[in-house]
Amino acid sequence: MTDDLYDIAIVGAGPAGLAAATLAAAQRARVVLLDEQASPGGQIYRAIADAGASRIDLLGPDYAAGAERVRAFVGSGARYEPNASVWQASAEDDPHYTLRYTRDGGSRALRAKRLILATGAIERPFPVPGWTLPGVLTAGAAQILLKSAGTTPAVPVVLAGCGPLLYLLGWQYLRAGVPIRAIVDTTTPDDYRRAFAHIGGALAGLPTLAKGLRYLRTLKRAGVPFHRGARAFAIEGDTAARALTFDVQRARQRIDASLVLLHQGVVPHSHFAWSLRAQHRWDDAQLCWRPVTDAWGELDVRGVFVAGDAAGIGGAQAAAEQGRLAALGALAGLGAIDAARRDALAGGPRASLAKLMRIRPFLDALYRPNDEHRVPADDAVTVCRCEEVSAGELREVVRLGVPGPNQAKAFTRCGMGPCQGRLCGLTVTELIARERGAAPSAIGHYRIRPPLKPLTIGELAGVADQAADAPASAPPAQPHAAPA
Amino acid sequence: MESLFRTDVPAGAPRVTIEFDGAPFSVPAGLSVAAALLAAGARATRTTPSGHAPRGPYCMMGVCFECLVEIDGVASRQACVTPVRDGMRVRSQHGARVLRVVAEGPSR
Repeated sequence: MTDDLYDIAIVGAGPAGLAAATLAAAQRARVVLLDEQASPGGQIYRAIADAGASRIDLLGPDYAAGAERVRAFVGSGARYEPNASVWQASAEDDPHYTLRYTRDGGSRALRAKRLILATGAIERPFPVPGWTLPGVLTAGAAQILLKSAGTTPAVPVVLAGCGPLLYLLGWQYLRAGVPIRAIVDTTTPDDYRRAFAHIGGALAGLPTLAKGLRYLRTLKRAGVPFHRGARAFAIEGDTAARALTFDVQRARQRIDASLVLLHQGVVPHSHFAWSLRAQHRWDDAQLCWRPVTDAWGELDVRGVFVAGDAAGIGGAQAAAEQGRLAALGALAGLGAIDAARRDALAGGPRASLAKLMRIRPFLDALYRPNDEHRVPADDAVTVCRCEEVSAGELREVVRLGVPGPNQAKAFTRCGMGPCQGRLCGLTVTELIARERGAAPSAIGHYRIRPPLKPLTIGELAGVADQAADAPASAPPAQPHAAPA
Repeated sequence: MESLFRTDVPAGAPRVTIEFDGAPFSVPAGLSVAAALLAAGARATRTTPSGHAPRGPYCMMGVCFECLVEIDGVASRQACVTPVRDGMRVRSQHGARVLRVVAEGPSR
């Protein structure tokens, strides 16, 4: 156990974490920012510090905006811990928080008076037949590849699903000269009708809307085949993807593809907040859980803040504003600034955030994922990829009386693998809700326990060694060698 | 097998050599192991512990754990968050992991 005590520790170096660290350090707080990657930026600005001008141009202005955010952070004086895989946030050392993480094969720990969790978003699970086959990746994964050494498809690619990221990736591929075999879009005229009920907010977010339309127009002008209103996706293949099949107006279509990129939006990655037993609520518009916070992003676990997409999907610009607000909330809690100063400094971010969030209801309605792509009707579809639990096995235990995800986990091992339910949690909640005729909020979510990342026994032993050298107040190493 | 992905780095950019299931591959330095394997033509990088189903990289950001491989003798490393290193030996994983008993000394 090291005796480093920080004012504020931040997890995640995306737009929210960078903005929070930059602001807090400018107010002379002792700040540390931990991140899993080798360089700052999160997934959205991934590898921006190493990207050349041509790659930045290829990826577009939203990526380019990250350079300034990263520069501001690097010059802020906050300590930066790259390659840090945080596996526990603990309140055992009240009133301080302890973060445990692995770096360079060894386990380390630090303490902080306030925590800001800026762990971003993960892609929504896309449980359809064949989604586990090699050659099926998420659109986000493909974009991460594009940002690392300009890795692009070497075979004709099919992009399937819905949402801004899917079209952005298509636009970027077009600019990179990647052959796109087809874009298979689930958005229907009904989605447009529903979305236009929120057109007022969309007009407030006109630049965002215009950008999306520009991507779509460019793709169409380039002659990329578009299939609209697609439903009932399935990927064919024995040992790897061979084709994507889907329905358009009840006619089955089939497109040969050894590379299929799926996407149907992103959802908060809030495993840390879950592990701290923070209260969450089900968001019917975004079809996901989000942690319950106050206006500064503080959880009902006092002293812990959530900022950015981890608190609910708002996009990169909104995330930066939320990062600033969380930093101000944390600074005021520490007594580093008084409430009047906090409120004065919050004026700009709050106004900007309100404006940025006005387009969300429109986007949430337009890109609402299909029911059948969230809860598979086909009992054979794998829901839990780690433990290979099918929708049918889950339905069976629900019929036997299992009331929620934790009991389903005990009976089927669903959610018990290394991803700890990140790839099945939402599906399981919604599937049980549907089977029981209940609301997802009444069904709940898996109980998440540390370690949030699998550890080797050697890494755990490293913690034990440290603990033995530490003062008597130091906690023992976690007894679990694998996620519960 | 035909590679699903290719990298785009300048001709003189630094490269490293890694071994995947015994075969050497020259890949750009700085790449993740998962990206390198995809560019090298890998499809399945493991089979699952219970159903022996083929799996490959899926999320590329460390959350799905589909890209688990053995790296330099250590099983179940996340290929997508591990950078390549010259001389790295990567092996695909098949079925369940077995705990290897090391007679003496630390295992790593």
